[in-house]
Amino acid sequence: MPDLGLEVLLKGKNMIRLLGGLGAALRISLIAVILSIPLGILMGVLMTWKNPVTKALFRIYLEFIRIMPQMVLLFLVYFGTTRSFGWDLSGESASILVFTLWGTAEMGDLVRGALISIPRHQYESSEALGMSKVQTYRYIIIPQTLRRLIPLSINLITRMIKTTSLVLMIGVVEVLKVAQQIIEANRMSSPNAAFGIYLTVFILYFIACWPISLLARYLEKRWR
Amino acid sequence: MKKNQIIAAALALSALFTATAFADDAVYRTLDEIKEDGTINIGVFSDKNPFGYVDENGEYQGYDVYFANRIGEDLGVEVNFVSTEAANRIEYLQTGKVDIILANFTVTEERAEEVDFALPYMNVALGVVSPDANVIESLDDWNADDQIIVISGTTAETYLIENYPDIPLQKYDSYATAKNALENGNGVAWANDNTEVIAFALQNEGYTVGIPTLGSQDTIAPAVTKGNETLLNWINEEIKTLGEEEFFHADYDATLVDTYGEDYKDELVVEGGVTEE
Repeated sequence: MPDLGLEVLLKGKNMIRLLGGLGAALRISLIAVILSIPLGILMGVLMTWKNPVTKALFRIYLEFIRIMPQMVLLFLVYFGTTRSFGWDLSGESASILVFTLWGTAEMGDLVRGALISIPRHQYESSEALGMSKVQTYRYIIIPQTLRRLIPLSINLITRMIKTTSLVLMIGVVEVLKVAQQIIEANRMSSPNAAFGIYLTVFILYFIACWPISLLARYLEKRWR
Repeated sequence: MKKNQIIAAALALSALFTATAFADDAVYRTLDEIKEDGTINIGVFSDKNPFGYVDENGEYQGYDVYFANRIGEDLGVEVNFVSTEAANRIEYLQTGKVDIILANFTVTEERAEEVDFALPYMNVALGVVSPDANVIESLDDWNADDQIIVISGTTAETYLIENYPDIPLQKYDSYATAKNALENGNGVAWANDNTEVIAFALQNEGYTVGIPTLGSQDTIAPAVTKGNETLLNWINEEIKTLGEEEFFHADYDATLVDTYGEDYKDELVVEGGVTEE
């Protein structure tokens, strides 16, 4: 077996530090996900309104967030808010804010897409069956929308978890940064550690994202 | 690399969006405010062994950190280390998110317009390291297919762009990724501060520093936010006082001697802020 330098992980608190880094990454992404889902659903519903003003506003917001690379948004919120308003956000809160803004925009667009993809006749048939508006949404529209949303939102959530690797640029020490620190601190004693440590990081990301995929598959089956 | 263009664009954009409003309000904390607060924020590298790195117990270590700890001790405040990257050091000072940058920061004219440098505590020039199989000893007559590895935001990057615009550069964000790239043979050589490449060649078999000094001899100094005179003056006084006890020689013995040996001590260390010209 090739030398992966895995013994470096057993030195001192290295493994715990790596897990702590994963914790920071998950904390940022999951708080952002929990905030983004309800906000995104709300935004998605509002985006289907016919009002041209709200439509334009949400469109601009969505396009702005979508066009900007996440790193620009991170710099903009972390350094920009200090320059413009004198706020001193910590790296972690700036990250949560950016990921929530991003998640809300993307989730909103997914919800909008799912809502308008329900064919007109579903509404009309419910009406013909004598259902009220609330009943139509409760029994016909929302269940179908949710089913369409699940694979898309799981994709978004795992993307959000993986994109936390950018927050090291604003001083947040997450799992990838800890990995680089460990590799660097042991370059003399274990020059091969890079591969083993990055492999470990890969496994950690996988362990974090896999249960979410499993949950999605379970939900998709159950709601078939 | 695309990501580095994004970093540059990100910094430019964030400055563009936000440059105006905050002009008259001081962003930095004065010496008294830091003392009153009881904590000083110092930006250091967390992945640049032996200058600033984190050991297996999660403690910051290295030549810069040794000095940072002494600053905290003499000010009577706790030191809060902030992990910085080469590309965002100036931004950290300009927004007052750290009080001092002690991240192996080379003094240049361009940077001195953005931040205030204190007296130097180390010498540095650029160097180029390459694998033994193909040692690069000169940058003239460059083969246009070969790329040199650099780290974004470093003096090596600016120097090569200005003086050797025809040499294609391969840019990385962090020391760790640049080193991996050289080891994987993504570029034919790696240009950086000579301290860094000398250390790399000593630690890694099969690499030679073909060009030990490139460009002008520069110094490394602490930097503070532009205009933060109280803190700047205090640091300058501190560096002069520490010169009397040969503090930076002791710092070298504690942190750098394992990497560079005794030979480079007088070349690298600047004591009391006085450079020998």
